[in-house]
Amino acid sequence: MNSMINSVIKRELYSYFATPVAYVFILMFLVLAGVFTFYLGHFYERGQADLAAFFNFHPWLYLFFMPAIAMGLWSPERQLGTIELLMTLPISQWQAVVGKFVAAWLFAGLALVMTFPIWLTVAYLGDPDNGVILAGYVGSWLMAGSFLAIGSCMSVLTKNQIIAFILTVVVCFIFMVSGVPMVLDAFAWAPQWLIDFVAGLSFLTRFEAISRGVIDLRDLVYFAAMIGLWLYLTQWALQRSKHQ
Amino acid sequence: MIRVDTLTKQFGEFTAVNQLSFTVAPGEVLGFLGPNGAGKSTTMKMLTGFLQPSAGQITIEGINVLTDAQQAQAIIGYLPEGAPAYGEMTVAAFLGFIADVRGYRGSEKQQRIDTVVAQVELQAVLHKRIETLSKGFTRRVGLAQALIHDPKVLILDEPTDGLDPNQKHQVRELIKGLAADKIVIISTHILEEVSAVCSRALIIADGRLLLDGKPHELEAQSRYHNAILIELESEQEDALDTLRSLEGVASVDELEENRCFMLFPQGGKLLMREVVRVLDEKQWPVENLHVEKGRLDDVFRQVTHEASAPVAAV
Repeated sequence: MNSMINSVIKRELYSYFATPVAYVFILMFLVLAGVFTFYLGHFYERGQADLAAFFNFHPWLYLFFMPAIAMGLWSPERQLGTIELLMTLPISQWQAVVGKFVAAWLFAGLALVMTFPIWLTVAYLGDPDNGVILAGYVGSWLMAGSFLAIGSCMSVLTKNQIIAFILTVVVCFIFMVSGVPMVLDAFAWAPQWLIDFVAGLSFLTRFEAISRGVIDLRDLVYFAAMIGLWLYLTQWALQRSKHQ
Repeated sequence: MIRVDTLTKQFGEFTAVNQLSFTVAPGEVLGFLGPNGAGKSTTMKMLTGFLQPSAGQITIEGINVLTDAQQAQAIIGYLPEGAPAYGEMTVAAFLGFIADVRGYRGSEKQQRIDTVVAQVELQAVLHKRIETLSKGFTRRVGLAQALIHDPKVLILDEPTDGLDPNQKHQVRELIKGLAADKIVIISTHILEEVSAVCSRALIIADGRLLLDGKPHELEAQSRYHNAILIELESEQEDALDTLRSLEGVASVDELEENRCFMLFPQGGKLLMREVVRVLDEKQWPVENLHVEKGRLDDVFRQVTHEASAPVAAV
């Protein structure tokens, strides 16, 4: 079972790096992360030895970059017909879904890791709490996974990469802002448990705690559950298309 | 052994495959013959577990494809229509991936890849990206990935489509050279391919099985079966009438006035003796004398036209 998933992961990563797309992507991600941190985030002006300015922008960076990765997970396969090849190999749907997701997640992880110069910068300029920063990276990576899992599901639903991208952005955005006061106000009529539930769905709220170094198990479980749910939905959509 | 039982596939209102039933035994090369849209590819997609049937059963070597698709897929080599492949990969990398999935490792993996590369002659393009290859080479890559695990069952959807005559010949030789214990199913609308490669053919139209038989049996259904072509060096005034009056002749087509004739026998009878007798008697100067085996495209058109006729009549 594992070896099948590994084969899929290897193949996916090969494809990522076979074209300039991967390198351009990582480069752009790093540039934007840097611009957000140092200019929009007023990193130097804050004068604080932490990476809050850096992590604060991750949800917004991911809102654009993660759907860009995810749209290529299934839509091109459906468009070009290679899905017929993939799904007639002795690989189960679940193995294919997980394999593709993990490859995308590893790639996102690579982009994240490549931001280490920012960590070096703050470590050089001050005396940051590295544990907090490490926690921030792990939490960010989990959140990236949630974006990608949603994108994976959207990608199965359409042959058109652009539609997959837009759908993913919209759904992720909904999850991001579900904790914002403006959205919660719309639920003023609802019982408290529902308001809490909707607020609890918010990527922003969940991630905010992690980025400050507060590792609440519930937040980690939340992101893991999101990943699990959306991967399950991906497989469900795939199964549906087999029955057409 | 492949057993297909009342296989049906509906896409909403449209029935693509309509209660198709047949069996295939090891050693057979079965041809799916039919017009475009007949349901050949859809049937293959169901055989390989890509699509789920609306009704019916498929058993491949005892494995129920509907419930144990992965098990069946392990013993099937499939070339989908259009030979899709991951274009950004090199041929070597792509075959490496397929070999991985098929469970090969290390030196055995390299051996399997080398074997199929030699079989379909891909050495020259091994390190080229698949998207840069010509149609012929892409098709060969598709064949290679289908053969890499030496499967018991080979299902090839239009394997020679778009290939030049040399390449077509190569692929057909390849198929003919496969071991006698394999089951091969190919779909085609190139009729000479059926005669050249297949040991049995199914004519499918509108999702239904119309004819099932060996190529020569199908040829025998043609009105051209045992028809005789006579070409004379010079015009003979009475030739047409004489030939028409011969015993066993159902009709005569005059292809060139007083010179070239096609004799159609009653019920596929052998006319040669009569023809030779009359040619000798009349002393006509004969340029060409030829017995037709039967034209598959004739049978094909006849059978598939009949199938669609009831719809047209309404």
